Amino acid sequence: MDALILSRLQFAITTVYHFLFVPVTLGLSIFVALLEMWYINSGSYEERIKLKKLVKFFGTIFLINFAMGVVTGIVQEFHFGMNWSEYARFMGDIFGAPLALEALTAFFIESTFIGLWIFGWDKLNEKLHCLCIWIVAFGSNLSAFWILVANSFMQHPVGYAIEDGRAVMTDFGALVTNPYLFGEYSHTFFAGITTGGFLVIVVSAWKVATDEDSREIFLRTMRRAVLYTLVGVLGVMGSGHMHAQYLAEGNPMKLASFEALWETENPAPFAVVADINQEAGKNDFEILIPNMFTFMVHNSFEGEVKGINDLQREAVEKYGSGYYIPNDVRGMFWSFRAMVGAGGALLLIVLGTGCFVFFCREKIREHLCCLKLMPLLLPIPFIANSAGWYIAEAGRQPWIVVGLQKTAVAVSPNLSAGEVWVTLIGFTAIYLFLAVLAVFTAVMFIRRTHVTEEE
Amino acid sequence: MDLNIVWFILITVLFTGFFILEGFDYGVGMMLLGRPKNERSQFVRAIGPVWDGNEVWMITAGGATFAAFPHVYATMFSTFYLALFLMLLALIMRGVAFELRGKFQFADWTNFWDCSIFFGSFVPALLWGVAVTNLLRGVPIDFQMHYVGTFLDLLSPCALLGGIFFVLLFAFHGSNFLLIRIADKGLLEELRKKSLCLGLLTLAAYAVFAGVAFADTDILAKLSTVIFLGLSIAALIASCAGANAGCGCKAFISSTLAIAFLTIGFFTALFPRIMVSSLSPDWSLNIYNAASTPHTLMLMTIAAVIFVPIVLIYQAWTYRVFKERVTPADVHYH
Repeated sequence: MDALILSRLQFAITTVYHFLFVPVTLGLSIFVALLEMWYINSGSYEERIKLKKLVKFFGTIFLINFAMGVVTGIVQEFHFGMNWSEYARFMGDIFGAPLALEALTAFFIESTFIGLWIFGWDKLNEKLHCLCIWIVAFGSNLSAFWILVANSFMQHPVGYAIEDGRAVMTDFGALVTNPYLFGEYSHTFFAGITTGGFLVIVVSAWKVATDEDSREIFLRTMRRAVLYTLVGVLGVMGSGHMHAQYLAEGNPMKLASFEALWETENPAPFAVVADINQEAGKNDFEILIPNMFTFMVHNSFEGEVKGINDLQREAVEKYGSGYYIPNDVRGMFWSFRAMVGAGGALLLIVLGTGCFVFFCREKIREHLCCLKLMPLLLPIPFIANSAGWYIAEAGRQPWIVVGLQKTAVAVSPNLSAGEVWVTLIGFTAIYLFLAVLAVFTAVMFIRRTHVTEEE
Repeated sequence: MDLNIVWFILITVLFTGFFILEGFDYGVGMMLLGRPKNERSQFVRAIGPVWDGNEVWMITAGGATFAAFPHVYATMFSTFYLALFLMLLALIMRGVAFELRGKFQFADWTNFWDCSIFFGSFVPALLWGVAVTNLLRGVPIDFQMHYVGTFLDLLSPCALLGGIFFVLLFAFHGSNFLLIRIADKGLLEELRKKSLCLGLLTLAAYAVFAGVAFADTDILAKLSTVIFLGLSIAALIASCAGANAGCGCKAFISSTLAIAFLTIGFFTALFPRIMVSSLSPDWSLNIYNAASTPHTLMLMTIAAVIFVPIVLIYQAWTYRVFKERVTPADVHYH
């Protein structure tokens, strides 16, 4: 394996790992802020003690996750220069700006106010303290916005010109109003709400089942988390659908690839399963629902959807000879199904849990074992998040910036395969090591912390 | 004054802020070495509320370099590839350590994370010293701005000396920070002695470093650089005097000034170059051939003029909120 493929692997591992923590940060920060508002608006003395403990309980889980997100975020930033120097040269005039703006406008407030929030319980008045966590939540989500401005440009370049062999920014306004960004950001935001909310549901369910002293408060938390997660799931589905429809114009190759539609059809069928033969440019076996893909894209049973092979011919006309089909259509096809399947499963789980905690409260004691098993479902939103990013980034290949620069020429030319092996193994090892320690710490903390009205 | 010069100054400002603020964080991290657990917890508590915000100065310095001088970002980060890898491992362990060290009370757990904080502070301090020295000496960069040397070329004796100098300087600065943040009288007296000792060692390392750098680089060719480096020596001596007199404020403010003058001195020595090629002066990266377009520089200038002062205001407010000295009773994390 050469430095290119190793660098790609390293970036993929870092991104996927980083994005295990980011959605939790995005969603849980807002939920903790809402919990703290609940606390400062609550009435009786006992209630206040209990709710303050509850805020700190989820605050601690948030902070363990936040620390993991921050340290891996630095690796992300450094990678662009370390492994992708030719990308940094080609794109620096455009890509550097949102990255620097992220640090200046979002990362600074996030990191400063998190310190105030952690250590400021006795030093700030209640409202100011609550404002701190709202600022952290705002900063985290603003940070995601800037990063997605940069990513959207890579998926769908706007507001640029090519001068002296590099891309230069001509219209910053076009960058931040990129139509690609609208779908990508809303999808990411709601995915964060879903992941953060679902984590709260799962943790609360487990506490309800195993910790009798804290049962009552976690049951109430669960009800709030169910509503919160429901907003997230519906939002993620709506924004995902909207974004996929947009892809029909914005990046039809990506859309056709994750549906494994090889030939242009009108109306196009939807493949439920397919045995994809990338070399031959067709599916060896497929189960189809007639007209369904056209319906999903056009909201009617009439309409053309372009196929991969036709898009490849168009790309050759436009960019010259070459292979412009994402090199892992099979992976994209199944990742898309994993993502959508996980989303659908989450909707059912959240609705089911909602029925349980809102309408069958008195029966809960009889069903504690169900609640105790809920942590087994926790991977579902994380699978959806990772699969979603896999589609987004694998669907961009062979480009690093669609239409402008290929991934193969973006890698740092001075790196040897040996050097990248060292860092790839090093980063992966430390990621695994820290994942074990962080999960262990969080689980032990959840186990032994009781949220009661006793001081 | 064109925008390229403005951005050279802004990058200098960001690196100065980074070395001052993360300088004492790294320093405090290194001070954990050999101290009992209760004292370590007080030290960590002293930087607990602020270290994360301080680290963003480094990230912003990196991001701003990317935006304003993308070729510098590309060449520097790919040149220092393995060094940055080590630094990232160190920073990862350090960042997680602050969060996890207090989560369990058994000794091995805390010791492990405090070790991580020590190495997570020592390694970046050392490597930034190595990096800065290499920037001043020049590294083999070809006509396409690509590094053509090896990792070991970056670890010359001179560069390692620069690394040791940074380690001592930051340790001294961190010790001075503790002088104004720790309440316990007995501990303060020990820290005062340690500060003085570190200050004198820093001065000695500075003398050797300056001598080698003078022989090895063109660092002293400019009058402005000589003046700034002279000021930094004066500030270091004042800082030692402050530590000796038991005046933490004087010691800390002086070491802050020393780091500021030193950073400004280094950047004036480089100006208008940012990365020097040891192969040919024509191949160096400077503020013109490595820069973004005026359009992007203008946009970033507006952003920096608006947001840097805002950041300074709320970060200053944070230090005000946490102005009370840390007592042994404060160490219950959270």
